Amino acid sequence: MATLAPASPIVPGSVLLAAHNVRKVYGHDRTPVLENVTVELRDGEFIALLGPSGSGKSTLLRILAGLMDASAGDVLVHGEPRRGLNPDIAIVFQSFALFPWLTVLQNVELGLLATGASDDERRRRALKAIDLIGLDGYEEAFPKELSGGMKQRVGFARALVVEPEVLFMDEPFSALDVLTGENLRGELQDLWSEHTIPTRAVLMVTHNIDEAVSLADRILVFGANPGHVRVELSGLPLAERRKKGPARAQLVDTIYHIMTNPTEDAIAFAEQRVARVPSRATGAAAPVERAPRRYQTLPDVGIDDLTGFVQYLSGTGGRGNLHELSRDLQMRADDLLALVEATDLLGLADMQERQVFLTPIGQRFAEVELDEEKAIFRTVAIEHISLLRHIVRELEDAPTHTIEAEGVLDDLEHSFSGAEARRQFETVVDWGRYAELFTYDDAAGELRLDEEHRMDLRTKAQDA
Amino acid sequence: MPAPRWVDALMLVALAAVGYGVMRAAAEWRAPLTPGMRIDLSPTNLPYYAGLSTLRMAIAYIISLVFSLVYARVAASSRIAERVMLPLLDILQSIPILSFMPGVVLGLAAMFPGRTVGLELAAVILIFTSQAWNLAFSFHQSLITIPRELGEAASVYRLGLWRRFTKLELPYGAIALIANSMMSWAGGWFFLMASEQFTLGDKNLRLPGLGSYLAAAADAGDTRALGLGLGTLVAVIVLLDQLLWRPLVAWSDRFKFEQTGSADAPQSVTLDMLQRSAAVHWVQVRLLRPVFSFIDRRMSPMGGTAAGAPPTQPRERARGALVVFALAGVALAAVLAWGAWSALSTVASLTAGDWGYVLRCAGATFLRTSVALLLAAAWTVPVGVAIGMNARLARKLQPVVQIAASVPATAVFPVLLFALLALPGGLNMAAVALMLLGTQWYVLFNVIAGAMAIPSDLREAAMVYHVSGWRRWKTLILPAIFPYLVTGMITATGGAWNASIVSEYVTFAGRKVSTLGLGALIAQAADSGRFPLLLAGTLVMSAIVIAGNRLVWRRLYVLAESRFRLE
Repeated sequence: MATLAPASPIVPGSVLLAAHNVRKVYGHDRTPVLENVTVELRDGEFIALLGPSGSGKSTLLRILAGLMDASAGDVLVHGEPRRGLNPDIAIVFQSFALFPWLTVLQNVELGLLATGASDDERRRRALKAIDLIGLDGYEEAFPKELSGGMKQRVGFARALVVEPEVLFMDEPFSALDVLTGENLRGELQDLWSEHTIPTRAVLMVTHNIDEAVSLADRILVFGANPGHVRVELSGLPLAERRKKGPARAQLVDTIYHIMTNPTEDAIAFAEQRVARVPSRATGAAAPVERAPRRYQTLPDVGIDDLTGFVQYLSGTGGRGNLHELSRDLQMRADDLLALVEATDLLGLADMQERQVFLTPIGQRFAEVELDEEKAIFRTVAIEHISLLRHIVRELEDAPTHTIEAEGVLDDLEHSFSGAEARRQFETVVDWGRYAELFTYDDAAGELRLDEEHRMDLRTKAQDA
Repeated sequence: MPAPRWVDALMLVALAAVGYGVMRAAAEWRAPLTPGMRIDLSPTNLPYYAGLSTLRMAIAYIISLVFSLVYARVAASSRIAERVMLPLLDILQSIPILSFMPGVVLGLAAMFPGRTVGLELAAVILIFTSQAWNLAFSFHQSLITIPRELGEAASVYRLGLWRRFTKLELPYGAIALIANSMMSWAGGWFFLMASEQFTLGDKNLRLPGLGSYLAAAADAGDTRALGLGLGTLVAVIVLLDQLLWRPLVAWSDRFKFEQTGSADAPQSVTLDMLQRSAAVHWVQVRLLRPVFSFIDRRMSPMGGTAAGAPPTQPRERARGALVVFALAGVALAAVLAWGAWSALSTVASLTAGDWGYVLRCAGATFLRTSVALLLAAAWTVPVGVAIGMNARLARKLQPVVQIAASVPATAVFPVLLFALLALPGGLNMAAVALMLLGTQWYVLFNVIAGAMAIPSDLREAAMVYHVSGWRRWKTLILPAIFPYLVTGMITATGGAWNASIVSEYVTFAGRKVSTLGLGALIAQAADSGRFPLLLAGTLVMSAIVIAGNRLVWRRLYVLAESRFRLE
């Protein structure tokens, strides 16, 4: 196998790249995407940023890469503050970001264009990277002729050919099927651990717990709204990362637990369970002071998945283990966690350790016919979801029992960033429609109280 | 497999012919200007005239293309630029171009006294204004839809402005640019006749070309020459389609942004032959590649010291560019303000009676355009749906429709006048007919595309549940083609208003004929040099077109996109 230029000896502990107290607010959004985030990337280190969607991991990656500026805080490259593009990095993208009109070779050479290397030199280095990453024979192919895994290999070759000091990876395996992803992951791990590539540090963004545990020296678990580092965990020793042993299971468990309990004190929990990176002045983030939220964060879960999940749990004896559920339902961990959170929020299920249990009402919900199912959902939703309650009250009070969606969205934007507010709104509309609490006319942008409910109100008014 | 030798030989002959043509044309441009230049109606002159017209179109097109690329790139580079430049483009696109021709011709004629060059420039400018706007819109649209990660990859690998443009932006926009280039040429042909003859006061100026040939033939009542001229025009259009556009479309398929290969890529025999030709290969490897490589190196200042370049430099450069832009913006604003002020003071001289007349004219033209659009929709919807929903019919009819559509309506106009002018209200009918001829194709093409896009499972569902007759139209076909219909109608409306200027006031067989209408008012005012009225008419027409777009069409479009888009 070919090797690229050998790396100079690693100086453990020296910080290559750091973000200090970074905050990011988009445009006119009132709620930041990232708040007070401090991350250090040290020589020889592979770190993974892990967290639910909307926790600003990818934004942080882009700020560290210099693709966007932080709204506040500093990015330090070798200790020097810096703005603008970071020259010694490369990025592997989730969507591969290959130029479809260039061949594999041309795509890989692209990374070298700006270095001013001669045509021959460029070709030689590109071919070497192609060889290294196992793309021999595909040099003249166009990306559309390649499978997903092969495309991402081109993405890796293009990144490695520039011999970056720091390699960024933004969900590099999430667009691939499981086996392909695992295979590529293994190869990357070999290249990295055997120092075949001159890259000194890797920063990977992922939502996949397994991926983070099997690759990273250090794992930063992010929380959402606004994005912040909840806890830093030490990764496993190299020997234990890939094989399925108790240490690995324990770490995966811990992360599962932390991610399913977004409001819990993650640092305290992690300290009981596994090695946590000791807090130092610039290390783990200080807990963020946040104003109390008016509404809970609704997980991004559609009603079909929600009801289907409860049915499934009922079929497996009213309980399930997260790990097994993720496997049996072939779901990504974060999607499953969102489902669990939703059922938990509605009081349909409970979560203990890594077990999900249906509550009695959840059990009943799973057994009854559609009409009653909806009635149950209506009751629990009104009882538990503050936003839904609020909307129904507004609808009851409005003279025409109609309110503008715009108003609800504005209200939500006090608590959530723009995109997240939109998501919250869509979820609440989905749930509210199913519960037959109100209807929503997208073209007019109006929420209308449900017909029956409206008539009930009228009869009540007449009685009074 | 190498191409037969004769392809190479043919290419050499073509090259020689084009070279000779350009030299002849250059001689023509230096010639002294003679009012009322005679056009020789003998058929042997037709190829020469056709060549001159095509050359004019080509020059205007190249200018349009360069303008569009630069304009769209600058507009996409900052939010402020975008906020000013896009509405400006929208307004430019809605202004009746022909109104400004007298002024432009006058100015250019004064700049080159006694020479044809001024007039040639005026012709090129007129054609440019009919070609540029949609190109700029299309490229801007491409630029802002480049996938985010692709743009980030370009930044991370420091492609720089030039390489980013040539490796990412231009390829990404290529397919849309080529499709719009074809539309631009069609738009250019529409002004073929208007661009080759100008009336300035009592002077009648003509440029040699196919358009003035057609006009002269109509003036002389020579039906044979008229027919021959039209035939030549169609031949030129078909040749260009086969030799230029089709190969380009087939070639540009490589720029399709797709993750997987598709089966039915466009094909072109010409392209296949060119790609196998030894001469083309030689030019490509020996000439084009080194030249591009040289330009590439010269245009990329980063070469050699990418990693070592001080990090602040690009920012400072950007700031410098910003200052230049700001200054240019201020200058432009000053010129605009002065222009607006002068325009206002000119228009202020009009009496209330004049304004009443302008509004009456506007009403008449509004009625005419509405009738034309309704007629267009009335026949294109059933026909388009019939063609679009029947694959066999579509294959057979599409080329015929394309050729019919490619004949510029203005060129057929003299024939129409022949037939209709003797009848009562003849010009009225002829005007509506011209608007219809010029605009119906946009609607038809869009309806066909819409009908073809109806998913077959929806059609099968309609069949299974016995939805037929009018109910089938109401629940399936009309909603499905609605977004396409709106798109077609938007283009058609602008075209119809523009056509009013050439159709409501005509010089035919030595006679001036006119009817009540905004187009007639503009053409008449230009003819007689009544600038206040010309300006008022132009402003009113622009206002109507823009208001129509904003108040009616854009809303319908949004509705169409949100409610009826099949995904």
